[in-house]
Amino acid sequence: MACVPADEASLIAAFGPHLAWEPPGGFAARGTPDRAVKTHCCFCGQQCGVQLLVKDERVVGVEPWEEFPFNQGKLCPKGIKRYLQNNHPDRLLQPLVRTGNGFAPIPWDEALDQVVERVRRIQAHHGPDAVAVLSGASLTNEKAYLMGKFARLAVGTRHIDYNGRLCMVAAGAANLKAFGIDRAANPWADIAATDLILVLGANVSECSPITTDYIWRARDRGARLVVVDPRLTPIARTADLYLPIRPGRDVALLNAILHEVIRLGGVDHAFVEAHTSGFSEVMEAVRDYAPEAVEREVGIPAHRIREAAVLWTQAPRTMLLHSRGIEHHTKGVENVLSCINLVLATGKIGRAGCGYATITGQGNGQGAREQGQRCNQLPGARDVENPEHRAAVAAAWGVPESAIPRKGATAPEILEMIHRGEIRGLISLCFNPLVSLPDATFTREALERLDFYVTIDFFLSETARHADLVLPGSLQEEDEGTVTSVEGRVLHIREAVPPPAEARRDWEIIRDLAHRFGAAELFDFHSSRAIFEELRRVSRGSVADYSGITWEKIDEKMGVFWPCPDEAHPGTPRLFEGGRFYHADGRARFHAVAYRPPAEEVDDAYPIILTTGRVVSQFLTGTQTRRIGPLVDLYPAPRVEMHPRLAAELDVTDGDPVRVASRRGSVDLLAHVVATIRPDTVFIPYHWPGRRSANRLTVRAYDPLSGIPEFKVAAVRIERLPAVERV
Amino acid sequence: MIGTLFVDPSRCIGCTACVEACSECPGHGGESMIHLDWLERASSVQTAPTVCMHCTEPACAAVCPADAIKIDPEGIVLSALAERCIGCGNCALACPFGVPIIHEAQALMRKCDLCYDRTSVGRKPMCATVCPSGALFYGTQEEVADLRRSRPQSHFVFGGETVHTRNHLMVPLSVGTVTLEPDATVSRSTAEQQLEEALC
Repeated sequence: MACVPADEASLIAAFGPHLAWEPPGGFAARGTPDRAVKTHCCFCGQQCGVQLLVKDERVVGVEPWEEFPFNQGKLCPKGIKRYLQNNHPDRLLQPLVRTGNGFAPIPWDEALDQVVERVRRIQAHHGPDAVAVLSGASLTNEKAYLMGKFARLAVGTRHIDYNGRLCMVAAGAANLKAFGIDRAANPWADIAATDLILVLGANVSECSPITTDYIWRARDRGARLVVVDPRLTPIARTADLYLPIRPGRDVALLNAILHEVIRLGGVDHAFVEAHTSGFSEVMEAVRDYAPEAVEREVGIPAHRIREAAVLWTQAPRTMLLHSRGIEHHTKGVENVLSCINLVLATGKIGRAGCGYATITGQGNGQGAREQGQRCNQLPGARDVENPEHRAAVAAAWGVPESAIPRKGATAPEILEMIHRGEIRGLISLCFNPLVSLPDATFTREALERLDFYVTIDFFLSETARHADLVLPGSLQEEDEGTVTSVEGRVLHIREAVPPPAEARRDWEIIRDLAHRFGAAELFDFHSSRAIFEELRRVSRGSVADYSGITWEKIDEKMGVFWPCPDEAHPGTPRLFEGGRFYHADGRARFHAVAYRPPAEEVDDAYPIILTTGRVVSQFLTGTQTRRIGPLVDLYPAPRVEMHPRLAAELDVTDGDPVRVASRRGSVDLLAHVVATIRPDTVFIPYHWPGRRSANRLTVRAYDPLSGIPEFKVAAVRIERLPAVERV
Repeated sequence: MIGTLFVDPSRCIGCTACVEACSECPGHGGESMIHLDWLERASSVQTAPTVCMHCTEPACAAVCPADAIKIDPEGIVLSALAERCIGCGNCALACPFGVPIIHEAQALMRKCDLCYDRTSVGRKPMCATVCPSGALFYGTQEEVADLRRSRPQSHFVFGGETVHTRNHLMVPLSVGTVTLEPDATVSRSTAEQQLEEALC
């Protein structure tokens, strides 16, 4: 049974979250650092270069790394205060085993033996797939690669998936369908060189702040900015055109813009003819999407939709950028395809200053989706159900093709299967589903039904509290490896300090488990570098070809853009030059998509749209950032953001306690009354657990093509609470 | 030669990177010398960073009874000398921009000194190094004129007084002298007006 072994207060007292404000010994004791380690931020997909200051083998501070070309020293508050996660009082320092009233230390050997014994016992009774592995996209390429191989060849389960399922999969699936490759089409320098930037569902200033600099550099040259978002975000505030879309109506809007572009004569017929297929179906599909026909549904006046189409048509070069705002939907893939249709129809891709990108969210959101830790993919972004791909990976691994399990369940499906009792054992690394998955009450019920759960973590996350065994792993700065940034640029993460006390590097833990699972010869790794060398070799010949990338080349060139098929190859900063795409025929594919409503529409009982997202000072489930004092001070607790017109209807004023309820559950929060959001929509950031968790409200509805949950639309009702003490 | 800081609130995204970076500077002990304000959050996401503008005739230094605020030959108005400062707060009252921070317990004023330890050795100040929007830009008049479509302004009219500063505020090309009005409100941006058109 995996109920939490103690009450919340005593678990928090023992494991946090506690807040760290100062380096070890305080600011006064910091002194002159012994060295500055050039590496990258541990948080988002921008992967800003940063220097960690080390004194007496402890990380004590930060210094901008101005020579690194992507961010040139620029950082957000998370990047500046990230160093406070090191030497943190909550750090897990030894393996722990669940007891009757909490957790107790256990020797490493005993812990690892127990994992193998418990997993094998479940598999003996219920089959190999009764154990699942959940992994994460903050991991290095080396660790992501290792996790996929570990699950399939050491544990022997088909069920391996990762938290990128909540992040990148809709964009990834759409890019693969349209382009035959899943990577940002352009380097970020192309944003600064463009004439029009169209940003959809991307709170750039809070979720990828460094991209702000690229957008402003373009605007300094005269570029126009169009922003589509239900909230007036800081980047939208000064936009030339702002389209306050009703959440979940993206296909209707994009089809209407394309409808208008076609009417304006903006189609690049030569490009469409030479480099694409399927346009006539898209022409047909958008015929009924005149701006007047959709304006009520999308919530934007028709003349503004036409303005967007005119700006797009007139701009010689454009950059279309989107992120989770259009992807966290039951039609996430369709939303992205409708964006790509617009780009392809106007031939605005594959040139300097002209193209398209999804803004990857997680630290290694790009690389961690290529190395084979997805339920549907093998290393090299290969398809686990494609016989040729299976054969290539089997040959590289030196195993029979039949030894590689078939496609497994997605991360949310794994939790559903745990809830149904079909999966009974869980191994997790770098994933906090209790905070990140929709319908948190359901997720908690699922975790409580596990027969056995082992997690590798550096802090005891809310999910890890349910574990039978907790293995202390490594922070990003305690290991060496590579990540692949938002641009598709492979970067070098350097070890600043070794893991403290008994904590170990994640890959060492996984390797040692693999050995105990009887797969020693397949996991003969003595360094993370050795894992990278195998990853390179296995990726050779795939779309995501890393075989020409070496750590030395990364250092020399400040990053190498994949694909990079041989050591003499310079890497590929810009894709699709000359209209060459990655499908076998070299053509990009249009996909006709029709608008369909969200899974849960508002009604009389739940009349308000809830959308969720992030704040600049927190990252994802807050496992790290809710432990960093200066970041928590900036935004200590979630509030529900609502327009004054809605607040007046609810008889709520700014700061009032309110109860927000959906069909799944309710949360009590303070109201934040601001005129910077649509009056029919409220917003709650999702970084918090338990009684403040936005995901107590969200709906367990998934995109059928990618499995991404619909975090961006749910129906709620709101009532003012009578007394402050109820919050 | 020490450069100039150009402040452009129109670009500010309120991320607080400047504030957090300033707090990491040696000697600051976790305290930031930058003020970041939400101007009118109920109606706008407009934010603005306030750093010391380094007035050419600084009121803070003029009113200091302890002569604790020194001006370096390049015009940098330094933070109060700890051994002289009595924490009386005259400087904070006199400053037209609201920059000095008074620590009553320590009887000490602290303020932005344009990262003297960095800028005096040819480096950029911490805040302008990290600012992801370019709202804080450090360089020369020529550099900023070359990069931006706005204009640096260093004369500010407060009531009957004109203040000249070493650092500059970036203003639209159409704006001449900057006149500060105590009861001014934030004007609405195009986007803010477009949000009002949302069909619900």
